[in-house]
Amino acid sequence: MKQELTVALVGNPNSGKTSLFNALTGLNYKVSNFPGTTVEKKTGSTKLNEDVTAQIIDLPGTYSLYPKSADELVTYELLRNKSETNFPDLVLFIADASNLKRNLLLLTQVADLGVPVVLALNMVDLAERKGIFYDEQILSEALNIPVLSINARKRTGVKEIKEKLLNEHARNRVKYFSLDFLDTKFLDELSDFTDKRNHYAALQYAINAAHLISTKSKYIREIFDKYQFDARAFQEKEILERYHLIDDAVRLSRRQKPGTHARSFSQKADKILTHRFAGITIFLGLLFLVFQAIFSWSVLPMEWVEIGFVKSSEWVERTLPAGVLNDLLVHGVLAGLSGVMVFLPQIIILFAFIAILEDVGYMARVGFIMDRIMRPFGMNGKSIVPLISGMACAVPSIMATRSIENKKERLITILVTPLMSCSARLPVYTLLIAMLIPEDAKWGPFNLHGIVLMLMYLLGFAAALFSAFIFKFFIKAERKNFFLMELPSYKLPIVHNLLITLYDKGAAFVWGAGKIIVAVSIILWALASFGPTNSMKRIDEKYITLAMEANQPYTLEELATQKNTEKLQASYAGEFGRLIEPVIKPIGFDWKIGIALLTSLAAREVFVGTMSTIYSVGGDVDDLHSIRNKMSNEKDPVTGKPIFSIAAVLSLMVFYAFALQCMSTVSVVQTETKSWKWATIQFVYMTALAYLSSLLVFTMLS
Amino acid sequence: MKLSHLTFGQEAVVEQINDNELSLKLLEMGLLPGETVALENIAPFGDPIAIRVGEYKMCLRLEDADCVVVHLK
Repeated sequence: MKQELTVALVGNPNSGKTSLFNALTGLNYKVSNFPGTTVEKKTGSTKLNEDVTAQIIDLPGTYSLYPKSADELVTYELLRNKSETNFPDLVLFIADASNLKRNLLLLTQVADLGVPVVLALNMVDLAERKGIFYDEQILSEALNIPVLSINARKRTGVKEIKEKLLNEHARNRVKYFSLDFLDTKFLDELSDFTDKRNHYAALQYAINAAHLISTKSKYIREIFDKYQFDARAFQEKEILERYHLIDDAVRLSRRQKPGTHARSFSQKADKILTHRFAGITIFLGLLFLVFQAIFSWSVLPMEWVEIGFVKSSEWVERTLPAGVLNDLLVHGVLAGLSGVMVFLPQIIILFAFIAILEDVGYMARVGFIMDRIMRPFGMNGKSIVPLISGMACAVPSIMATRSIENKKERLITILVTPLMSCSARLPVYTLLIAMLIPEDAKWGPFNLHGIVLMLMYLLGFAAALFSAFIFKFFIKAERKNFFLMELPSYKLPIVHNLLITLYDKGAAFVWGAGKIIVAVSIILWALASFGPTNSMKRIDEKYITLAMEANQPYTLEELATQKNTEKLQASYAGEFGRLIEPVIKPIGFDWKIGIALLTSLAAREVFVGTMSTIYSVGGDVDDLHSIRNKMSNEKDPVTGKPIFSIAAVLSLMVFYAFALQCMSTVSVVQTETKSWKWATIQFVYMTALAYLSSLLVFTMLS
Repeated sequence: MKLSHLTFGQEAVVEQINDNELSLKLLEMGLLPGETVALENIAPFGDPIAIRVGEYKMCLRLEDADCVVVHLK
């Protein structure tokens, strides 16, 4: 008989859950998240034997069932709710054998919820090097659950785990912490109200919900008061008693032998990596290396992506009959997609670095080093990871903030992360900087372009810190903020895991961003292609007449580009540009830049493409030279002065550095904060910051 | 003395954790009365600190280390 079993993987952070998940399921999984750490549940499947298939759920690591952060909440929510469709038939608990005591605290809590538990001892090799051995048999008897040793890194023990999961013994429900000292009437009353058959689950839910503001929570507090139940004292007693029980089990099963001091390596490494001078130098050096790699290693693959899109556009253009559909696919969908997909190589390279640094254990040290610097700005050491990854793409970075426990610090980090200059601003900066400075200009031995580019990144970072500092005064803290984090021992990265992560990220980026880009680019294409019928018709007619004239001085191709330009000006997008001109005039932009602002509302990199269309650079859209020349020659029709003066270009650069022109960011902020309020506030404040800064720059320089 | 007063490399035994929003979290993390701790690293700006608790290493801010009472081993 075919049978399906739901198995949840639970454990502390850094205990190797994801390695085990990968070893069990291979590529049979869905849903993705940020590299390195799991912040969302992930489901995959594996065959236990001919008849039984197991759905494996990988959950974010947590230290206890009293969640402190958004990622821990994911785990708690799955385990507490018996009516949840994913509620596990059993829990496969994975514990770091080199640090068993603290790992088992969570195990005893999970078991007391009434779920059968199987214990997998991971990192046994690491424990052995410390001289610690466990007798599986004795530990199994002491805890009254099946126990087996595995090595998730080397993927050994997977077969044995599958056998254990099928074992009858694995269906045992055990109970560790007795609630006998509490009034049964109190527990019954809570259970009735919270709809639980298990007293511990009911009490635990009540304690977690008591802080919340809802009628349910108010009622819970009333029951607590009625029976004079002190949640804090209870929790303290619970932790101490559980540790007492764990101590006994660990002492019985533990065999100590002289170790080889494996931890001395981590300790030596930490002495250097967290050192006052060496630590900071190494951190900055690594950042520099990452940026070099992002920009230099990605050149070739980015070209391949571009060529791929050019070829497929050409193919579509040739194959499909000319008309609206052809135009939509080539100039709407494919053009929009290629603008974003071209950054895939850079994003993969950045993710690879972040995943490796996370796997190795270095990211935790970065948080440790940076915490003191981030604190005055209302953030904490854990904010540094999203900020750094924000230089590639704000979307996954904002998801990575889930590990920040304090809601205020997490919200501030979410709000300021998009100010970090992401890879989509790069093409815009490149074009604009080239208009300011001759290409071969040097400052000492350095290329001046590179220096200005770096200044733009620093400007973004400074703006992020400044905004965070302001938000600190406006967002109220619900709880005390703290920075409490395990510093895991250093490990070699696992290539297999890394590849899966990168595949995962790449696919998520292509599908996630792809969907939005396709939708938005269709709308923008329509706005730029259609306009009031009369004026569009007039242009068509004008060019038909022009083309028929025998002695007009233009080639047919030149005529076509001129026609496109005029049509864009007459389109709805063009009308919009003129409509907002009074607003953007003070910061030095004309209506043509206004069109570019509109089209790059969905994604910043569209700016370059729009500029090249408006300034009708025939042929190669990526030919920066010709766009630059056209733009430089552009004169104000009234005053006769150049539109792209130094003041206007700098104003434009500052605008792109600060404005939130990215629909994907708006949407991920809405999902992560579960409200449109913060997504709107972020959009408004960043736009205001961009406008006011541009106004300041333009007025001061012109 | 307080955990925040340990100097580099010193070992101490936890006596108690003073009441504080964080004390339950510290207990969960294994900072139990009777447990041995040692100061292993100090961040570049003097705060936070990294301590060894039982068989692992964790870091916390000085202000939070203030509520942990210890005596030298």
